[in-house]
Formats: sequence, structure tokens, C-alpha cells
Amino acid sequence: MTRFLRLTYVLIGLTLLSTSAIAETPFPTIHEPADESLKCIQPEDEMRRNHMNYILHQRDITMHEGIRTETDSLAKCIDCHVEPNEKGEIAGIESDEHFCNACHQYASVQIDCFQCHADRPQKYISRSKHTSSIRQMLQHTLAAQDPSSEGVDQ
Amino acid sequence: MKNSVNNSRREFLSKAAVAGTITIAPGVLLHQTANASTSTKADDEPVSSENRWGMLIDTAKCATGCTDCVDACNEEHGLIGNNRPASDTQYIRKVTLKDKSTGHESSLPLMCQHCETAPCADVCPTGASFVREDGIALVDKHICIGCRYCMMACPYKARSFVHEDVKNQTLSSPRGKGTVEACTMCVTRVDKGGIPACVEACTAENHNAMVFGDLNDPNSAISVELKNRGGKQIRPDLALNTGVRYQGL
Repeated sequence: MTRFLRLTYVLIGLTLLSTSAIAETPFPTIHEPADESLKCIQPEDEMRRNHMNYILHQRDITMHEGIRTETDSLAKCIDCHVEPNEKGEIAGIESDEHFCNACHQYASVQIDCFQCHADRPQKYISRSKHTSSIRQMLQHTLAAQDPSSEGVDQ
Repeated sequence: MKNSVNNSRREFLSKAAVAGTITIAPGVLLHQTANASTSTKADDEPVSSENRWGMLIDTAKCATGCTDCVDACNEEHGLIGNNRPASDTQYIRKVTLKDKSTGHESSLPLMCQHCETAPCADVCPTGASFVREDGIALVDKHICIGCRYCMMACPYKARSFVHEDVKNQTLSSPRGKGTVEACTMCVTRVDKGGIPACVEACTAENHNAMVFGDLNDPNSAISVELKNRGGKQIRPDLALNTGVRYQGL
């Protein structure tokens, strides 16, 4: 009796698991570049399977040998593939709307590139001129050294 | 074969530079000659030990309190402070030296000295710290584990550790939490035949305290200046053969 019950539970569990998997894991939506004349460096199926090899190869020769061709560069990938949506917002790497993250989340593969690299094209990054704390510190030091200066504003 | 290609390129460039200097005002001449010896390699060509990039800094022309080079560097590399001066990244520090016996003060920018035999590369357990063929010392952040041995080993205190998450990095400086970083001599600019942002800013503001160029090329502005007026390494006793040299120390 208990064996039968156990089997039923397992069966129910499996059924639930499979139906929920089908219901809750939609395929990622991949945004095509708005400019349709743009061609990727390789056909789509090749890029889907092997993009990491291109990027990894380019990574090492750029870093160590200074080879800076644009075809395989991560920055170039980002330039074409990351664009603002209809509302003019850019999805960051943490969003499942980001070109890279859409698939990586689906495939459950962690992506480390954007811990150091910008997740969007440079033209969409606004940098305000800032006074770094280093400069502030420098000015404090200089003001402290120079008895003639009254404040730290220079 | 490769050498002949490079030489013809170099000849072409030096002729172009001479042609340029004839037609322009004397004030611009230094700027032109300072820029004449830059990289002529093609994008798909690896760097080679034919070049040794270096900088020469004239401390007599470097004003106390001027931070034009530091500001240009911060902007180029997207270095934004978190109001924690003790740990915020700095690629260039302005240092003021005082000779106690005479009271003479000099101010100078201190950055990675791009040593030929770099202590940072010596101690790095993963090979992330390395010196490129053309003499530029770099951190490969892909393999840096953030142990900070290099920071301990550097006699110039030139390196910083990224303590906090970084977003919206510049193309010239991908940088992220948990890795060590330092002056890259603006390697992305240099590879494209440009000059470092600090040197560019110093020249643009007409201070002309910094010269960038090829130490291996006897005709480059930096080599000519070093031959005529000399230039010191900081801590020459360590025999590191630094790529950054100073005058007026």
C-alpha cells in the first residue's frame, strides 16, 4: 500500500514538474538590430553555438599582443545588438531583455563579461564631468601645505 | 620583410612630420615633434619589441596644484571616486617633493613607471600582470584573482584595487570589482597611433611638461631630449629600467 502511494506521489510530482516547465520557460525573445542591412560576422547558427570562442580568442590577442581588429571585438557585438527599446530605455545586463542575458538566462549560463565591460554602446553612456575624490584630497593637501591659500577652492 | 614595411612607414611618417612642421607656427612645433614617433602598426599586427614606449616628464614645467593630466586620465578611463580617497582608484598621483636642505619644491605626476623588469609581473601568481613586448606593463583582468601581491611589490605604489562595482566603463578601460589596475599608458590609443590622454592634455594646455614616444627610436623626440638633457629614473638603484623618466629631480 505504502509502495503504491509512494509511486503515485512520484508520478504526480513528475507530471507537475513537466507541465510547469513547459508553462513557465518561454523561449527568449531576441531583438534583431533595427538596421537590417547590418550583417553579423558569421551566420546566426554559428554565432549561437560558438560566439564565446570568437570573443575568447580576440580577448587574449588583444590583451597581450595589442591586435585590435574590430570584427571579433565584444564592443562591436554590443554596438549592433544593444539598442534602446520603443520607450528609449536600454535594458541593462541584469534584465532579461538584454541581448546577451536573454539567452544566457534561458540556458542558465552565467555571464561574466559585463563585470568589467560596459553592457551598452558608448554612445548611450552619459558621463558627467566629476571631481574625483582624489582631486579633492589633493586640493586639501595643497591647501594645508600652503599658508597663503584660504580655502580649498581652486 | 616585416622590418622593411615598418621602416618605410616610419620614414613616410617622419617625412610627413617634417613637412608639417615647416608650415606651422613655432609654438605648435613641439607638439608636432612630440607626436611624430607613435605606433605605426596595423590593427591586425601584433606589438613588437622594436618599440619601447616611454614618457619623459620635465618637473620644472609641472606646476604645483595643476591636475590637468590627472583629470584627463580620470575622464579617459572613467575613474569615478566614491569619496573614499584611501581606496579610490588613481592611475596618476601628483606628488610634491621638497629638498629639505635647500627648500626647493618640485611637483610631478607619478604613475606606473612601466618597468622593463617589473616587480608586479615577477610576483603575480597567475600571470595576469605582464609587460607587453613594447614595454607597456598591464594587468590582464580576465585572469587577475585580486590577490594584490603586485600592489605590495610595486615600489612606486602605482596600482589600485577596485573595491566596488563599476558600471558604464569606457572602451579604453574595462574595469571591475576584485581586480587590480594601474596606468595602461593609454594602450588603446597607443595601438592606434595615438598618445596617452595625460600627455595630450598637458600639451593642449600648453604646459608641455610631458613627452611620449619610442625609446628605441634614436630620432624620436623623447630619445633626442633624453640624449641632450638627460632624464632620471625614480629609484634607479632598483635597476628596473623604467619607461617613465623625469627631468629636474
